[in-house]
Amino acid sequence: MGGSDNTKINLKLKVWRQKGPNDAGMFQDYDAKDISVNMSFLEMLDVMNEDLISSGQEPIEFDHDCREGICGTCSLVINGEPHGPDRGVTTCQLHMRRFQNGDTVVIEPFRAKAFPIVKDLVVDRSAFDRIIQAGGYISTNTGNAVDANAMPIGKDIADEAFKSAACIGCGACVAACKNASASLFTSAKISHLAYVPQGQAEKSERAFNMVVQMDEEAFGACTNTGACSAACPKEISLENIAIMNREFAKASGKRRK
Amino acid sequence: MSKILSSNEPTGPIESRWENHKFNMKLVNPANKTKFTVIVVGTGLAGASSAATLAELGYNVKSFCIQDTPRRAHSIAAQGGINAAKNYPNDGDSVFRLFYDTVKGGDFRARESNVYRLAQVSNNIIDQCVAQGVPFAREYGGTLANRSFGGAQVSRTFYAKGQTGQQLLLGAYAGMMKQIANKKIQQFSRREMLDLVTVDGIARGITVRNLETGEIESHAGDAVLLCTGGYGNVFYLSTNAMNSNVTASWRCHKKGAYFANPCFTQIHPTCIPVSGGYQSKLTLMSESLRNDGRVWVPKEKGDKRHPNEITEAERDYYLERIYPSFGNLVPRDVASRQAKFRVDEGRGVGSTGVAVYLDFKSAIEKKGESAVRDKYGNLFQMYEKITGENPYKVPMRIFPAVHYTMGGLWVDYNLQSSIPGLHVLGEANFSDHGANRLGASALMQGLADGYFVIPYTLGNFIANHDLKPVSTESDEFKESKKQCEDRLNTLLNIKGDKTVDSFHRKLGNIMWENVGMSRNEKSLKSAIADIQSLREEFWQGVRVTGENGFKNAELEKAGRVADFLELGELMAKDALNREESCGGHFREEHQTSENEAQRNDEDYCYVSAWEMNDQKKIDWIENKEELKFEYVKLAYRSYK
Repeated sequence: MGGSDNTKINLKLKVWRQKGPNDAGMFQDYDAKDISVNMSFLEMLDVMNEDLISSGQEPIEFDHDCREGICGTCSLVINGEPHGPDRGVTTCQLHMRRFQNGDTVVIEPFRAKAFPIVKDLVVDRSAFDRIIQAGGYISTNTGNAVDANAMPIGKDIADEAFKSAACIGCGACVAACKNASASLFTSAKISHLAYVPQGQAEKSERAFNMVVQMDEEAFGACTNTGACSAACPKEISLENIAIMNREFAKASGKRRK
Repeated sequence: MSKILSSNEPTGPIESRWENHKFNMKLVNPANKTKFTVIVVGTGLAGASSAATLAELGYNVKSFCIQDTPRRAHSIAAQGGINAAKNYPNDGDSVFRLFYDTVKGGDFRARESNVYRLAQVSNNIIDQCVAQGVPFAREYGGTLANRSFGGAQVSRTFYAKGQTGQQLLLGAYAGMMKQIANKKIQQFSRREMLDLVTVDGIARGITVRNLETGEIESHAGDAVLLCTGGYGNVFYLSTNAMNSNVTASWRCHKKGAYFANPCFTQIHPTCIPVSGGYQSKLTLMSESLRNDGRVWVPKEKGDKRHPNEITEAERDYYLERIYPSFGNLVPRDVASRQAKFRVDEGRGVGSTGVAVYLDFKSAIEKKGESAVRDKYGNLFQMYEKITGENPYKVPMRIFPAVHYTMGGLWVDYNLQSSIPGLHVLGEANFSDHGANRLGASALMQGLADGYFVIPYTLGNFIANHDLKPVSTESDEFKESKKQCEDRLNTLLNIKGDKTVDSFHRKLGNIMWENVGMSRNEKSLKSAIADIQSLREEFWQGVRVTGENGFKNAELEKAGRVADFLELGELMAKDALNREESCGGHFREEHQTSENEAQRNDEDYCYVSAWEMNDQKKIDWIENKEELKFEYVKLAYRSYK
């Protein structure tokens, strides 16, 4: 029965500590003792932090909020993998039953030039907002919409659009990519809006402007390794990148004419 | 002196009140809108939709959120859906029925005019969201799909798998992003509102802390919209996000905004049960699961067998037994209370005995596993990740948890608080859900307030006031800034020996045990005394590590817990004062012979709007807004 496994484990943690954006950071070692395997990974850090505070040290700063895998706030590279070893989950959904007694766990922030470190494991992901600002929307002012059923959309199309729209904007794709490319994030929004009929009017401008903004934000280029999709907690498909490239090529072609 | 408050609602036939009111309100001409600045605090459904819409209209908007980006506000986590009176399934729905169900579901403690308006604009919301590209679930023919939620006998809930809140919020967020690109919205992320600034009695600005640098900033405008959500985290364990808090609302309350019905808390029946003392939050399993899941406990007390070994004849599907017409789809307060009764009887399940089963066996047999996966896949996965159990094979174990707060800052029909210029939207206000919110109505209310109500009523406020420019260099702003800085320094300098979380956990425990699913005079009085002494202990013994000049989560939490330590007392006081049971407020002294909530319409058919009387002593006076029920007759709420 879940919740009734009383196993406790001890771990060695190597955690990135960095006081502020302009400080040089370093790894620091900690012992995490008597960790219940039913804890989530972040609850393990909570317990560590309570101990640190009690012994007069500053707790480890990390981003987190909903703790159910949907807000996209939590991050962390755990033993080299964004959101840790499990597929299709965020760090907050990772549970300690995934680890063995005596394991060493290396915890780092999402690293990318476009994601500057704020403190310890906290990074600034506002570059993603600016990519959306470049065109990740359908221009429709409040109040002028027609009846919702006026435009039927096939279930298959709605389902595909949903899969792309499921992106939580966490940035794991960037952290996983050796070039720190934001292609998966950017393409997921381009595809979502390219699938649905409402998104057609601005399709071309959107793809062009979002890709340009992505490049301006110091994200790297995509070399199709697929590391992004493998790390994505929502398992956003690489097909989105193909759709983005197609839409971008079409848009660039139009611009040349 | 206690006051009787006016709701400022229009009169006349309820169907035309909002229409007439819209016509009677003053307008701000398009060219003049660009001269006004609106401060919007919070970027959930209410905040994001109002910020985007006001910017489209031409106002200058300054938007603030505590998260690193507006897209992460806690509306994102709403799972099941959003109600609207479209009647697409042709099953007898109408604006009046949605209005009726919501008033009845709220156990007759909501304002009729507000609820009717909510039902009226519900259909516009769906249209608006579809136009934004929100990928709602659809039928094979391409039309929108609906499902059922508690407290209704029609299918009126629109959804996007178990991620409806995410999709709606991203739609509103996209609208905001467009207006940022248009330079009509200035976005300030990782900012926490610490104070409201009033000038000549009108809300004209806010004081915020930059959570990255620690800097205290002043921002001025012509009106302030508070869209900062609910206060469920006063219980420590809740389904709310970790950073959800009452601070912005509470700071406004201390500046004079009345706090209405604080004891009306929603305990959601289907959450994953607590498993250990380290637990940081509780995870909701969407109410939509009760469309197909059947709730049961063993008939025998203390039956510890594996659920799959307990035969049909040995199971008590107690909701279906007690409430044959609504069955598993009774409203949340009823379902939660019944789960508590089963556990109290000794028929709870799982290793702790504090849970009931939610079983999908019949649905899987009837519809097949893939159909169930299609509808609830992400919820089942979430359950398995947390518990390590496969809900396709073993019934889910669930138990009620704090989820939503119907209470909030008091607002009139125009969503204006008792402080002119301060408007409160979404969960942060109190107005539409009475003593119990129906499922899929929170998203509806947040977006109704933001897209379709405030754009009209705010214009009327601005047109009716001669708003002179204010400067952040004025004494009011400087004084507020100094008070905020002093408070932060005080917290950092206590240098006690107990962590912030340890106080929060203690407070949560007091609240859950005494001000939770059922309350009585004795438990409430002891809660008040315990909270007062815990508050004293906090201000003497809390240890806040780190400095102000950097990101400092402990300092953020400390300020929030300090406010929860005052709110908790008010919730207990309100619950003690309200000598009746209604909706989520269950006073053990007031129940029927069948353990249902017993209202007292003679004495309590009103809204309690608490005014802080003395900040030093932490003391309140109760103001009242009388509730009139002209269209839904006051009646005993039955779901049998």
